[in-house]
Amino acid sequence: MDEAKIRSALVDAMRVAATQLPSDVVDALRAARERETSPLGAAQLDAILENVDIARDGSIPMCQDTGIQTFFVEAGTDSPFLGRLKDWIDRAVVEATDAIPLRPNTVDPFTGENPGDNTGRYMPFVNWEIVDGDEIRITVLPKGGGSENMSTVKMLPPGVGLKGIQKTVVEHVVSCGGKPCPPTIVGVGIGGGADIALKLGKKAVLREIGSTHPEPEIAAFERELLDLINRSGVGPMGVGGATTSLAVHVEVAHRHPASLPLGILIQCWADRRAHVRLSAVGTIEVTR
Amino acid sequence: MKRELTLPIDEARTRELRVGDILYLTGRIFTARDEAHHRMLEAREADELLPFDPSRMALFHCGPVVRKAGDGWEVIAAGPTTSVRMELFEDRFLEAFRPRIVIGKGGMGARTQAALETVGAVYAHYTGGAGALAAGRIERVEAVHWLDELGMPEAAWIFAARDFGPLLVTMDSAGGNLYRDLEPTIAENMKSILARIEE
Repeated sequence: MDEAKIRSALVDAMRVAATQLPSDVVDALRAARERETSPLGAAQLDAILENVDIARDGSIPMCQDTGIQTFFVEAGTDSPFLGRLKDWIDRAVVEATDAIPLRPNTVDPFTGENPGDNTGRYMPFVNWEIVDGDEIRITVLPKGGGSENMSTVKMLPPGVGLKGIQKTVVEHVVSCGGKPCPPTIVGVGIGGGADIALKLGKKAVLREIGSTHPEPEIAAFERELLDLINRSGVGPMGVGGATTSLAVHVEVAHRHPASLPLGILIQCWADRRAHVRLSAVGTIEVTR
Repeated sequence: MKRELTLPIDEARTRELRVGDILYLTGRIFTARDEAHHRMLEAREADELLPFDPSRMALFHCGPVVRKAGDGWEVIAAGPTTSVRMELFEDRFLEAFRPRIVIGKGGMGARTQAALETVGAVYAHYTGGAGALAAGRIERVEAVHWLDELGMPEAAWIFAARDFGPLLVTMDSAGGNLYRDLEPTIAENMKSILARIEE
């Protein structure tokens, strides 16, 4: 039965995301540990790496904040499953909350009521992108509250230019201190509009650590920003040290001549994600 | 200094703890985030008796993942939440209930610092996100209060912990504050970063 199989793959993907940190992130954390000269910062990285092992070996969530379940869907226009996918995702989230388990994190802003299953108005949120073909590719991003609280959008005067963007990003990341659970991954969205800049920032967070923007100028901008942030000394968990961020990823849209929107999306070290590929004939694959 | 402590601990012992100490706690810990803080402060105002004695336990800013296991509960993941949200009322909370150790992440503000000094308590940082590591040091759930009213993350969970740590003291009762100590270095670094950008 397609539905049961697909739903169970979606639950698997949420389990993989919650319990197994992707290898690019683990490698980046290990490299940060090797570089770390502050004993306090090193102790934080040791605790993080030990925690990651315990979570993977025991198949238990690495962080008690299992996040808001967010889905990025590249939907092939010829896939036969498009019409039913949102419903399956909703049901899979309810199932995953019980099975993994996930912390029930969705709360009604007006009544304070928590339905207990990570669903609610607009939740789980699905970002749709229409693509050619008959395949559906889904990325699961469980995003924690501590780092999301540190995300922001700034509407800069265009006159400040690229230097103004760098200054604003570094000042913001440094002002966050230990609150977003550094070492963080910083997604920077430039241009579009207020909402688009934030969306680009979140999309940038999805990229693997070590990947660079295909345009050399933007890739260089990413490297410079990372270097600048790590000169701050905020360090792991804000207790001081050499690594405040593991990566900076930038995505850019054209902008209105009067606007320079800057979205800054902060992801904690627990950069959890998993991928699902669903073919037109219903074969399905879950990867980190 | 590495210190293995058994709870409850008294005020004199707490006042010896200093920024930079690494603590491993054995004994009872209760969780409280925004809602449990409110609930307990309301109880105090109404002269309502609390179902547990917070002064004999460590306060843990944590919204855990727990699962029913038979008649009791099993802790799945229980790392710290961002403490500064509780800055709005932590000074009143400390004065009312006198837990000697506050566990959380990210540090707290000037009001809490002042209350730590008055009451004789410390703030200890636990590695953010280390929920699986923390769960392994919790031997059992002894009780849960206001679960139906507040929900799983916001309820007050009473944990029996063994060697719960490493906890890094970042704010102590003698005015010591690791975050404040770092500020001049970071400010100095920011100056050179901004100069580099302007180059």
